[in-house]
Amino acid sequence: MEAFLHQVFSGLANGAIYASLALALVMIYQSTHHINFAQGEMAMFSTYLAWAMINAGYPYWIAFGLTVVASFFIGLTIERVIVRRVAGAPILTLVVVFIALLVILNSITGWIFTYTIKVFPSPFPEQPLFGPYISSHEAGVVGVSLVVLLLLFLFFRFTTLGLAMRATAENALSSRLSGIRVGWMLALGWGLAASIGAIAGMMVAPIVYLDPNMMSGILLYGIAAALMGGIDNPFGAVVGGLIVGVLENLMGAYVVGTELKLTVALMLIIGVLIFKPTGLFGRHFVTRV
Amino acid sequence: MDGMHVNKTRLIVIGIAVLVAFLLPFVVGSYRVFQFNLVLVYAIVLLGLNMLTGYNGQISLGHGAFYAIGAYVAAIMMDKLGVPYWATVPAAGLVCFVAGFLFGFPALRLHGHYLALATFALGISMPQILKYKGLEHWTGGVQGIVILKPQAPFGLNVSQDQWLYLFSLFVALFMFWLAWNILRGRIGRAMVAIRDHPIAAEAMGINVAAVKTLTFGVSALYAGVGGALGAIVVQFVAPDSFVALVSISFLIGIVIGGLASISGVIYGAIFIQFVPNIADEISKAAPWAVYGLFLLAFVFLAPKGVAGLVQLLWGKAEASWKRTRAQKTTLQS
Repeated sequence: MEAFLHQVFSGLANGAIYASLALALVMIYQSTHHINFAQGEMAMFSTYLAWAMINAGYPYWIAFGLTVVASFFIGLTIERVIVRRVAGAPILTLVVVFIALLVILNSITGWIFTYTIKVFPSPFPEQPLFGPYISSHEAGVVGVSLVVLLLLFLFFRFTTLGLAMRATAENALSSRLSGIRVGWMLALGWGLAASIGAIAGMMVAPIVYLDPNMMSGILLYGIAAALMGGIDNPFGAVVGGLIVGVLENLMGAYVVGTELKLTVALMLIIGVLIFKPTGLFGRHFVTRV
Repeated sequence: MDGMHVNKTRLIVIGIAVLVAFLLPFVVGSYRVFQFNLVLVYAIVLLGLNMLTGYNGQISLGHGAFYAIGAYVAAIMMDKLGVPYWATVPAAGLVCFVAGFLFGFPALRLHGHYLALATFALGISMPQILKYKGLEHWTGGVQGIVILKPQAPFGLNVSQDQWLYLFSLFVALFMFWLAWNILRGRIGRAMVAIRDHPIAAEAMGINVAAVKTLTFGVSALYAGVGGALGAIVVQFVAPDSFVALVSISFLIGIVIGGLASISGVIYGAIFIQFVPNIADEISKAAPWAVYGLFLLAFVFLAPKGVAGLVQLLWGKAEASWKRTRAQKTTLQS
């Protein structure tokens, strides 16, 4: 029973990270119907920025804050410079552009920071503070994710800018007609997504260690989480993330063994897409001829 | 459409290309022969992927998985069952056809981004499946399988590398001829119609589901044949040779070479074989940076790839040649 509870709690912690990444994916999907394959690599790059700052002697939380801000501007720039130009292009073109971003970010990081695996510090204490079933880092990850969620909720619910962004996602044309600068709202969405991804990266790096390919598996779980919750529903992404995290851990511990964990994500993705493409909380869309 | 109509000049160009390909192993060093052999292997895989993605519009970011299955089928048959190398190629193709056909069923329900996602997931999780302990007896686990290079038959006076190259060339020519026949016929037109407007295609009586799953199967068959040849050429298979980046480099190959173009896959194969080698000299990270930059450049500047550029230049040259000839005849009369 203890082992089981331990698996569940560490699954929740992983799930919180997947939820953040899923949230970033949903943020971009909601407004532009693009699935950003480079989301994981953007997060990885941000994490390296944080690592460089911490190594340069900045305190952890300062580096954390600076990274979140820097990632915001990186995301914003990518949208304004590259993604903007292919906004209405066929899906294949979009996929190719995102793949290009993925490999460029991956190799630039490898170029600057080399491919050797690095240790990334955790801001949370070594000894468990919250009982025997969950380490402090895991508890901290869940806490940070909850804070991020709360802030996002407050932003979208109670600020004019948040309202404008929601309106853009809902109906871009009408928003434009009522004076919202749709283009900038989309860029802001990219910026926010990059920031959320950066937080996910910094939270997962102490667990998986820092290397340029660290996010490929995490991205897969993030995608599974986003699809499970319904790719256009932020709330669903969080629930999906937690479900995927726990499911992954339990399946890994009791059913398929740790070596086939990624295959669980593959099965989840394909299963959801086939049997319930809208996910648990997604909206149904009717396509017109 | 490129490669569909055969006129005299085109036939001559193809003839010269085949002749050059035949003579190549006898004029370059054995390492270059090995490299060009891989170009042939990649060309076969890219041809299959281009049928699926370029002609049929189904995006696959996981063709490395079928390539891996083909390679493993060949390696296991040679190493564990003692099957001769040439017999493993069609067998690998068949196994992959079935695998692709089965994957094509769920793919039917997935459009655009979603299919890209599902195949992306397939590509990422493939190495883990190959490392799986339960299959270790067959796959050799993390260590992989080492296979022996075949000897040239009939007492031919060519080296092993040269023979393998010629064998791959025969297979490649056959696969190209097959693809050309599929694509210019009824099925090929149905594939393009489904890509351009699935609903209209269905209204015209095309069985969309059948054509799409069949295309997936055939495309996987090409990847499997390429994988089997690749395994024999490299003499080694291991899970870590089939990471997700392999699938991505295949996609890069067809985008650079030219989507929906038969000749384009050759340019694409040359690109993914040689450009990383050249870029590697700058830095370990450089190949992928170069890949990414080329991808962006081609998407924005030359969406039809190298094949499109070649066709453009060819058309211009032909037009100017005709013009000068027309001027000459008017002057004479």
